Order: sequence, then C-alpha cells, then structure tokens
Amino acid sequence: MNPDASTIAAGAPIEVDLAPIAEGQDIKVFWRGKPIYISHRTKKQIEEARSVPVASLPDPQTDQARVKDGHDQWLVVIGICTHLGCIPIAHEGNYDGFFCPCHGSQYDSSGRIRQGPAPANLAVPPYQFVSDSKIQIG
Amino acid sequence: MSGPSDYQPTNPALKWIERRLPIMGLVHSSFVAYPTPRNLNYWWTFGAILSMMLGVQILTGVILAMHYTPDATMAFKSVEGIVRDVNYGWLLRNTHAAGASMFFLAVYIHMLRGLYYGSYKEPREILWILGVIIYLLMMATGFMGYVLPWGQMSFWGATVITNLFSAVPYFGESIVTLLWGGYSVGNPTLNRFFSLHYLLPFVIAGVVVLHVWALHVAGQNNPAGVEAKTEKDTVPFTPYATIKDAFGISCFMLFFAWFIFYMPNYLGDADNYIPANPGVTPAHIVPEWYYLPFYAILRSIPNKLAGVIAMFSAILVLAFLPWLDTARTKSSKYRPLAKQFFWIFVIVCVLLGYLGAQPPEGIYVIAGRILTFCYFAYFLILLPLLSRIETPRPVPNSIAADVLAKTGSKTAPMVSTVIALMVAGGLLAGSVQNARAEEQETPPSLKWSFAGPFGKFDVGSMQRGLKVYKEVCSACHSLSYIAFRNLADPGGPGYTTEQAAALASEYKIKDGPNDQGEMFERPGRPADYFPSPFPNEQAARAANGGALPPDLSLITKARSYERGFPRFIFDFFTQFQEQGPNYVDALLQGFEEKPPTGVTIPEGSYYNKYFPGHAIKMPKPLSDGQVTFDDGSPATVAQYAKDVTTFLMWTAEPHMEARKRVGLQVFVFLIILTLLLYFTKKKVWADAH
Repeated sequence: MNPDASTIAAGAPIEVDLAPIAEGQDIKVFWRGKPIYISHRTKKQIEEARSVPVASLPDPQTDQARVKDGHDQWLVVIGICTHLGCIPIAHEGNYDGFFCPCHGSQYDSSGRIRQGPAPANLAVPPYQFVSDSKIQIG
Repeated sequence: MSGPSDYQPTNPALKWIERRLPIMGLVHSSFVAYPTPRNLNYWWTFGAILSMMLGVQILTGVILAMHYTPDATMAFKSVEGIVRDVNYGWLLRNTHAAGASMFFLAVYIHMLRGLYYGSYKEPREILWILGVIIYLLMMATGFMGYVLPWGQMSFWGATVITNLFSAVPYFGESIVTLLWGGYSVGNPTLNRFFSLHYLLPFVIAGVVVLHVWALHVAGQNNPAGVEAKTEKDTVPFTPYATIKDAFGISCFMLFFAWFIFYMPNYLGDADNYIPANPGVTPAHIVPEWYYLPFYAILRSIPNKLAGVIAMFSAILVLAFLPWLDTARTKSSKYRPLAKQFFWIFVIVCVLLGYLGAQPPEGIYVIAGRILTFCYFAYFLILLPLLSRIETPRPVPNSIAADVLAKTGSKTAPMVSTVIALMVAGGLLAGSVQNARAEEQETPPSLKWSFAGPFGKFDVGSMQRGLKVYKEVCSACHSLSYIAFRNLADPGGPGYTTEQAAALASEYKIKDGPNDQGEMFERPGRPADYFPSPFPNEQAARAANGGALPPDLSLITKARSYERGFPRFIFDFFTQFQEQGPNYVDALLQGFEEKPPTGVTIPEGSYYNKYFPGHAIKMPKPLSDGQVTFDDGSPATVAQYAKDVTTFLMWTAEPHMEARKRVGLQVFVFLIILTLLLYFTKKKVWADAH
C-alpha cells in the first residue's frame, strides 16, 4: 500500500523563481501535495528570529540552521503544522510568523514552534539555490 | 446456539433440508425458543435496534456505492449527483448519513446499559470484549465513510486523524505514508478508504455473529443482575422479545426519520458542502459528534504522543472493565454508590463531547484536563475501589421474585436529579459560549417560505431570484450543479419544459471536438449545465483580486453560523435549519460604505457586517433599481436578496419539497405502526407480568 510509481514520479523536484516575491511577501507552492511556504523575510523578521535565545525554544534550532547561507532573507518551510497536519496561516500570531487555526500552534518568523501543542518546528524541505533568484525544491 | 434443537419440521421438503443442514433448527433455538429473562426493560431493545441499523447502513451503502465515484476530482460531484439525479438518491444519502449518527447513538446507549447493569461481568467477559471490538470497527468505518464525500471537513478530518499515527516513535512517518499511499492525503487515500469502508461493515457483521453467539451461550444479563435459574424466570424469545424489540425499533425509527426527512443537515457540518481544498484549512476542524469526547481527551494532553495514547486508551480501557470492577453484585440498581458515580460518568462524557466541539483555548483546555482525569479515574480508581468498600443492597433471589417485587420506583428521583444537573451544567457552559459569540454579529432570522415541516418554495420568488442571478451574480459566480432541465423539475421554479429549453438556447455552450478536431460553440440544450463565467479557477481568481467567487449551487448549505447552546437543542424541535439562507441574505445586505471606527479594511476589500473577518473581496453587488421585475415586486436590495436566496436554497436542495412530502407519509405510517405494535406487545405480555 506504499505510494505507486506514478505518485513517486510526480513527486520529482520542482524549480521556483523567486524574483517576483517582494520583501515581506510570501508565496505558497505545492510539492508532493504539500504546501511549501517561501517567505521573503524583512530585516525585522530576521532580527527577531536571531535575537531569541535558542535554548529557550521548545525545539531548539538556530535560524541560521534553517536557511541557506548567504540567502538569509529566504525562508522555505513545509506549511504543515507538526501537530496534526493543518496548514498554518502566514503573517499571523504573536511571533510574526505562522499561526495554525486548528489547535492554536504559533510559529515564529523562522518557522520554529513557540507556543501551542505542536511538538516540532515547521520542517524545512530539501532544496538548493540554482541561481540567486531560483531554487529547486526536492 | 444453545445446544441441539428439538425443532422438528413437518413439511417433507423442510425435513429433507433439515437433516442435511439444520439451519432452521438453529434459527428456532436462537430466535424462537431461546429463553430470555422476563424482567428485561426497554434498554435491552437496543441490541435489536443496532442489528437493524447495521442492516440499514449496509443496504443503503451498497446502493450508494453503485452511484459513487471514488476519485478525488469527482467524488464531491458524484455525491451531489446522487442527491440530485438518482431516484430517491436524497433519501438514500440522508438515511446513510443520519444512520451513522443513529448507529452511534444506539451503540452508546447499549454500552452504557451494559455498564450500568454490569453486563460485562462473569461469565460475559468475552461477549463484552467482542462488543468493544465492534465499537472500534464502527469508529474506523464511520471515520472512513465521512471522508468519502470529499468535502473540506472530510479532507481535513482525514488529515488530522491520519496524522495521529505520526506520533508513533520511529515508525510514525512510514505508517502515515502507508495510510495515505502518497505524500499527503489525496486520491490514493480516498480510493483505499472507499475500499475499506466497503469491507469493514461486513467484518462488523461477522463479529456481531460472534457477539450474538457469545450472548446466547452465556444468556442475557437482566436488570436484577441474577442469573435465570428456573423456567419461571424466562419467557421464550418469540413472541415476547420479538414483539418488544419490534416496538422498540419502531420508536427508534420515528426518531431516525425526524433526521432523515426534516433535519438532514442538523448533525453535519456546513463546511463539508465545500469541495476539499488541500490549500485551505477550515478555521475549526471538528469531527462528527460521536468522536467528540475522545477528541477532547486528545486535545487536553499538551504532549502529542501522550495525547494520542490517552485517546486510544480511553477506548481500550473498556476492554479491561471486567477485571477493573470486581464487585460481585452485577446491577447498579443494588449498588447505591456505583449508581451515583455511573450518572456522574455519563455527565463527564457529555461534557467532554461538548468540549471537543469548542476551540482549544483558555477555560476549555483546563476543563478538558479535569474531565479527562475524571474519565480515567472512573475506570482505574473508582470502580476497583468501590468493589472493595461498597455495601450493596440485597439482590432478589430470582428474576421471578424481581418481577413480583416491582422495585425500581426508587430510580425515578435519581434520574430526574441527574437530568436537572445536566441541564444546569449545560446552561452554564452555554452562557460561557454565548459570551464569546458576541464578537461576531449573527445574521437576523428571517421568515422563509421553505422553513418548517410543510415548507414549500415560493415559485414567484424563485423566478425573480433566477433573474437576479442571471443579471447580476452570474457575472462572477458559477452555478455548475444546476442544469437547464432542472428549471422544469417538480418542486422547482415552475417553468415548463419549453420555457427551460428556450432559456437554455439563450446560452452559448462550448462543445467539441468536431470532425475537424476543433471546439465549437452551440446554443444550450436542456441537459446542459449553467456555464461558468470563467474557464478555470485561476482565471476567476485573476479577475477578482485573488479571491475565488464560490460556486453558488450549494452556497446556502455551505454557509452557517454558531447557534450556541441551548438554542441548538430547541432547533432540533423547531426544525430550524435556515442558517445558510439567513447568512446569504444578511451578507447581501450587510455592506457598509464606511467601516466602523477602529476597523481597517485592506485595499481591494470591502466592509461587510456579516462576513467573517468583515473584509470581503466582493464589492456591494446589489443596489436599488438594478433589476426590474415583471410582476411589480419592489426593486429593492432587500427584495433582491430575499429572492436570490430563495432561488439558491432551491439550487442547494432541489428535492426539498419531495423530502418533506415523503416525510409526512412516513411519519403517518410509522406512528400507526408504532401504536399497533404497542398494543400487540401489551396483549402478548399481559400474562407474563
């Protein structure tokens, strides 16, 4: 009952052009049926994500570990709440990040869990920068 | 099932069969001669009611499956096709959907009856455990069935429940992938759920056979909780139990029919009339009512894995009941303390169910934790303790002695106290919720011609509504589930077949490809559906500032608002289900030029009093004098809103008039049947009491 060949083939890597996303904006693309949030973070958001003491987080991880070096403004996360799989809403909640409407989990501007029942940070999908304004997810 | 039968057929053909397969002897010994305790009360008829419900669900389900398409792109549409086009499809679907709820209601009563009268105690442990297995299978079947219509609640319910398994350490993710058959809930998930939803009811039927077998080996428990010893203690199954069960079933059918014919959407969720959308989570994911207590337990535990374990343990703990409660007295009738705690336990379960439907915040979380503790404490602390410290009252010597003594009058004040307590507790909870509901203004309740048990659509209003749709709404909103032929259907807007055909020919319908391989346009035919204003979703979004104008076919069923406690209980009796029309009407009139002070509306949005969040992308669609009516009705926004809402109520449920008409006939029949069964039962039992 595992995924069949066509489902696996449809899950091949995709390329996303980042050029049209202005600072402070974000887009949602689908990869393997999962929504992927790509956020062009503002300076303020990056600072907020980096100023919080890592040890105080429920799932400690630095912001640097969640973005690609030299592309600090781009946050790419799978938009699926780690609690029970709902889709969090971007730019909501108390941490300038994501808010899950189902059970009230709140994520910060780095997609890390800050409050609520979710046990882990929003997952970062495998991706790399093909050029400065293009990424390949998968 | 109770030893070799002494049944001897006289007919030679039957004799011939009986010698080779003693099936009639089996039926005779199990359901005719089988001795049942003579003091059984009506709580014991729920076993028969459950057997009937299983039969109803399998029968309606098999026919529904003949018309249903288990494909992610077509499932939602095929369910609408069943309701709109299949002969009596609306009846099949309402029966199957409400039937699931009735099945669970009956099983909960059946289980609580077992709990109260100690029906799980020696020698009925296996019987009880088989029952717990049936209940687990029912939960799985019910859940997968709810996914099949592929609405928003189906999809997100499936997502949330399958994700429960991701809490399993190490194997979690693989288990979830295996359940999905992909990387997320999607078409493969729907396909396998359909397959399993078709399979499991037959597994249930198999376990039910074992359950009945075990029952007939141990014999039925009874309100006195003493075993039958002499022939005086029992009566033969037929006619005594048969007629009593038939009467019980008939009463239950009356209750069931109320939902099928008058409140088909009372137990459902409006969001499930919105097709599944993997990109948008509904604000409030709520499972069906029968899972709510367990959902509340899941959410009250702050740790994900622990929450999942707690939820499953809440069910599994039932299987250990025979060894947790070691009291020798079976029936709580003779256990003064156990009886009181039983009722407290019932209240705990009801309150947990209430909390399961509330948003997980503030007071609800704390209350959920306290009640979760109470739930487990009842089984793990209280019952073992009670069996040690409680002094039970003396039980009757025999069932016959119990029947003669007519004890039981003492239970009445107890029950009324409990009901008073429940109402008081509910009111308290309700006032809390009402206080919260103040933030959003609820639409005013209007008078609708189609409301109530004898409601009919106002034909004039529908025709005006169609005109408003054609001249205004259709610029952006599709109406894809309505064909031109429907306009001439009985119980519809009252056009003739010719008028419907003429109306269809005004439209250009894209058809093809032709022999040259090209698409072409032709005039519409009655069988065509109303064409959509945009070729696809993306085009619709692009033309409307990113917002998708929803299809209007189902809009009056897909929108709702909280009625709150206790109003939703009164709604059951008054058959109030006009939240959708009230909302649509209010929304159309709820636009205001200037938002109230303190409210800012983003660029490109408009302020609407009744829209959740108040910022709607649709500009004020209607203004006075915009559409002229031929029948002289006032050309006002209020009139337009009312007419178009009436029309859209018809598009959402074209067979509503048939539903209410058949409902009346069914009720007349059932009431007469119930009365006849009651008097027959009295006559049959006259010499047994």
